[in-house]
Amino acid sequence: MNELIANWTRKDLISIESLTREEIDTVHALAKHFKEIMATNPASLPSLRGRTILNLFIEPSTRTRIAFEIAAKRLGADVTLVEQAASSLTKGESLRDTAQVVEALQADTVVLRHSAAGSPLYLSKILNVPVINAGDGAHEHPTQALLDTFTMREKLGQSLEGKKITILGDILFSRVARSNIFALNKLGASVTLSGPATLVPDGFRQLGVEVDLDLKSALADADVVMLLRIQHERQTSTHFPSLGEYKSLYGLNQERASWLKPDAIIMHPGPVNRGVELDSSLADSNRSVILQQVANGIFNRMAVIYLCMAANNKNLISE
Amino acid sequence: MSSILWIKNGRVIDPANKRDGTGDLYARDGVIVDSLSESELKAAEVIDAQGAVVCPGLVDIHVHLREPGQTHKEDIASGTRAAAAGGFTTIVCMPNTSPVGDNPGTIRRINDSITRNAIVNVYPTGCLTVEMKGEQLAPIGSLKNEGIVAVTDDGLCVQNNEIMRRAVEYARMFDLPVMDHCQDASMTQGAVMNEGYWSLKLGLKGWPSAAEDLIIARNVVFSRQFDAHIHMQHVSSAYGVDIIRRAKKRGIRVSGEATPHHMYFTDECCKDYDPVFKMNPPLRTEEDRQAVIEGVLDGTLEVIATDHAPHTADEKDNEFDIAPFGIIGLETALAASLEVLVHSGRCDLSFLIARMTHMAAEILNLPAGTLSTGAKADITLFDPDAEIVVDPDQFHGKSTNCPWNGKRLKGKVLRTIVAGKTVWDGNQITAQ
Repeated sequence: MNELIANWTRKDLISIESLTREEIDTVHALAKHFKEIMATNPASLPSLRGRTILNLFIEPSTRTRIAFEIAAKRLGADVTLVEQAASSLTKGESLRDTAQVVEALQADTVVLRHSAAGSPLYLSKILNVPVINAGDGAHEHPTQALLDTFTMREKLGQSLEGKKITILGDILFSRVARSNIFALNKLGASVTLSGPATLVPDGFRQLGVEVDLDLKSALADADVVMLLRIQHERQTSTHFPSLGEYKSLYGLNQERASWLKPDAIIMHPGPVNRGVELDSSLADSNRSVILQQVANGIFNRMAVIYLCMAANNKNLISE
Repeated sequence: MSSILWIKNGRVIDPANKRDGTGDLYARDGVIVDSLSESELKAAEVIDAQGAVVCPGLVDIHVHLREPGQTHKEDIASGTRAAAAGGFTTIVCMPNTSPVGDNPGTIRRINDSITRNAIVNVYPTGCLTVEMKGEQLAPIGSLKNEGIVAVTDDGLCVQNNEIMRRAVEYARMFDLPVMDHCQDASMTQGAVMNEGYWSLKLGLKGWPSAAEDLIIARNVVFSRQFDAHIHMQHVSSAYGVDIIRRAKKRGIRVSGEATPHHMYFTDECCKDYDPVFKMNPPLRTEEDRQAVIEGVLDGTLEVIATDHAPHTADEKDNEFDIAPFGIIGLETALAASLEVLVHSGRCDLSFLIARMTHMAAEILNLPAGTLSTGAKADITLFDPDAEIVVDPDQFHGKSTNCPWNGKRLKGKVLRTIVAGKTVWDGNQITAQ
């Protein structure tokens, strides 16, 4: 394990696109290691004792924020949270100014959630400490893709080569979709996107995926169907007429689930709009791995935090 | 006492007069003359232009000088110094200042500052609509009386077709060209870069080229209907170029401009979220870039203009979504255009100079862009092959939002002369 950690050279985790397949494998291997340790000894690991991780959440988040917080605490780190409402950014302070304050306060790592795509990259160029992207606008949500693919590997086997993953819903505005597309392509899976044409532009084909607006054929033969939250509050009313129409055309219900292979799994990054993109009977069924995704989020984020901090401070490995 | 200027041995390129050859150029009291007497030759200020191109002073019909209201970004003094260093002797400033140029008092104030502070010729434009809101016609006739040379809501685009139709009709009465920033705002809400592969990949809100094409098409309709001259600013899309091309073939009075940055860069440049590449209209695809270049080469886009848009470093040093649109261009326009068009072998020097001098002037009926006898002695000397390394910190404007930062380009302005007097000597501003 130490060799894997030593080979990790990234200070920051900004995107899945920039990772190699080997790096994804490294995160997953370390996440699996943490998961096994936690199964037998759920007490905190001492690895990051004395270190401070700043959760800078400029955009609202509950799940991701809590998952990062738990992950950091399981590694023994102290966590400080700055949320949008409490941030000087609401008073007009620039991200650069905030970053400099972060550094002056001697935080050892920053986990950034921000509504502007590219903001973690921007921050990483300013800061000497690791920056971990916890979701930037519609760009990427790398730790979500890491936990999603980790969960798929647990369920479908270590190799995802040739597996068909159908991502259904709001692709255009989804950072989760983008990160998963990049991750799944690197892992050899075949990705199909589906949903209304306004949310699934044909241009996504250029990212090496299939675009299939016919739901039945998009679901046929899929090993995984990953549903995305319909973020009606984010989209203008021009992208689709109503949640009702979306549900009637694309919502996954029992009838449409029957188009899937019997052993296909259902995933969702949450929170689920029950009864819109996914019926409750499916969300709570044994085909759903939604809660496993949440749990695996802890271990994958522990791995990412640890790897980036170790890359920035090689002493961590021997400590 | 007369001031006499004798520029010797340069390669004189004056496309308006189809002149291209080694020779001399003379000026007396700020005006181009055919010849000088023996005594005048002895008394003349002599400039040895051997190895240099001597051409009419460059003309830029699309510049933001930010005065009044945003002089921390640029003002008439700093903007005209940047123009001089870039080889421009005549520029046209846009009215989206603060307050905007929608009333005679503001235009008078701008003209007063031009008189006091400008070191090159500056012509103001006026707004099409009051406060650039696109709702009520600006007092275009009164603005004309203050000396505007065109009307435009540049930075914004009149969305209401009825208002635009009336503006076009009304401006024609005063023989004023309408310049339009072609953008259907309903399609670009929140958009920060070109809609396409890169916007999908980067998760940035896309600005579809159709939003530009629709307005270009609308303007073609109005130009045809009212036989009015409408000039399409900073054309960036392939289909937009094609619409203008076909309109011109039908004899419709439309014209178009290309910017150096749309000829040079593509939307791929946004891949690192660097706001220095954030501009409006956005950098588009390679296909669009090539179409804009073709538009220049086949005469569809008659003019190269910079859309020089200064913003402070603090404003640009931000998240891509937040940073303002716009880049500066006065001090790189010649070298960047040379690179794309001449050094690439796509046209000759005379062709390019025409688009940056007399053809630009003719769009807005400006008395500039030629070395004809009797013309004002506005002259630029440059070495098309001298390499420069772009360093915005050495620029003469107030802002440094330049996407060519650090690039090596070929084309150095050696001297800029306004009315017979050197304002830029290749190293420094010499105007008082």
